[in-house]
Amino acid sequence: MDSSLFSLASGTFIGGAAGYLGSLMLSRRMALVAGPLGHLTLPGIALALVWGFDVSLGAFPFVILGVVLIWLLEMKTRLPMEALTALVFASGVAIAFLFLPIGQAEGALVGDISKAGLPDTVLSVAASLAIMVAVRRAYPKLVLGNISEELAAAEGIDVRRYDLLYLFLIAVIVALGVKIVGGLLTAALVAIPPSAARNVSRNIRQYTLGATAIGVTSAVAGIVLFRLTGFPAGPLIVLVSAAIFLLTLPFARRR
Amino acid sequence: MAHDDEPVLQVSDLEVTLEGRVVLTDLSFTVRRGEILTILGPNGAGKTVLLRALLGTVPHQGTITWKKGTRIGYVPQRLPYIRNIPLSVADFFALKKGAGPDVGGMLRTVGLGAELSKNRIGDLSSGQFQRVLIAWALAGDPEVLLFDEPTTGVDIGGEETVYALLARLHRERNLTMLIVTHDLAVVHRLSSTVLCLNRQPICQGPPISTLTPENLRRLYGPEVKFYEHRHP
Repeated sequence: MDSSLFSLASGTFIGGAAGYLGSLMLSRRMALVAGPLGHLTLPGIALALVWGFDVSLGAFPFVILGVVLIWLLEMKTRLPMEALTALVFASGVAIAFLFLPIGQAEGALVGDISKAGLPDTVLSVAASLAIMVAVRRAYPKLVLGNISEELAAAEGIDVRRYDLLYLFLIAVIVALGVKIVGGLLTAALVAIPPSAARNVSRNIRQYTLGATAIGVTSAVAGIVLFRLTGFPAGPLIVLVSAAIFLLTLPFARRR
Repeated sequence: MAHDDEPVLQVSDLEVTLEGRVVLTDLSFTVRRGEILTILGPNGAGKTVLLRALLGTVPHQGTITWKKGTRIGYVPQRLPYIRNIPLSVADFFALKKGAGPDVGGMLRTVGLGAELSKNRIGDLSSGQFQRVLIAWALAGDPEVLLFDEPTTGVDIGGEETVYALLARLHRERNLTMLIVTHDLAVVHRLSSTVLCLNRQPICQGPPISTLTPENLRRLYGPEVKFYEHRHP
């Protein structure tokens, strides 16, 4: 198998899992958190590129650090999420550019899927499947927790435990996402497919299936376009999903 | 209505501090089975915080003891995030464990049509939405209903008001209810006991003997005018 098939396999699964998980993040206006978390991974990506190991593995410790920071800071300070994420965002980018060779900056910022190999593809597919299974199992509880902590508590759901699971899943998807779209564009992977799906859905089944399908379609189309045009895959994936969003816009309801 | 003597809920010396401000202090009360307790107070009195403390979602000092195994239904005042996802009414009920598949039946209990189950939550009127929330809370067959600020029921020809609905539910199911409100009519029409709250308890007891002009003045401040509610 050549790297095209590997990159397609990674893209399909990561794009689908990101869209599916993103459908939950949209409900609590959390989707944009993936952006700053992505930026925070830049130092990890930089280390991976310099030392030549998988960027997702490099990104993972940084994104976990970011999640823990956001979780702790939000609980301790109750600062608005935007302020926290701006802080995290700037620090991530700043540290990365202290030591990232400028020639490798593009791969870190917008991703580089062209060199996908068997081991990292297997890792991406397995981790994406694990996210989808975990999200599917916890979906009702996570949705309820997102809608209202009190409603969830009245149902006997341990809200803090599920919050932590939720943040952990976000961390994993961001670490995977940086592989295909880089550190700058991860928010798009989780935010755009569910936003497009929401425009055309009447119920939650259509919404989650739609978000997953649009995530997969964007990733596959972006990677195919990359093979045809030579433009980097990450930006193409994001632009395809943005185009799909625009197509769904006429169907959006006002409310 | 006979009350069992065993308390469903016992609160003693409750204190809640949020962001360094004491929002509730020195609060103790007991709720028995079948009782309707209204919690009356001005805006910012800590009424919603009290409900959240009872549900365990805000840190507190003092003790809150629910009778073991008590099933609680909670009707929130609003759910700002729910319109962000395309949930149908049936989807919303599917999130509740023990709700069962008969969404239409649950909607009929609160005076809504079964056909509403396919509608998107975001497309409901605020009156329909409040009834859906009540039906949702009732779906798990709770023993206790916590209700945050029922919107003042407007009588539309032939429709049961939310108060009448609550009174009927209380009659039919012997539900224990804690209702947060700033509406004196709700207190008088529904409750067996009222707890007047303004960060600390101001008065407590049966509405008729408790809601004296003097106590209401202490609760709302001297500038507020009100009239005494008299039963025929």
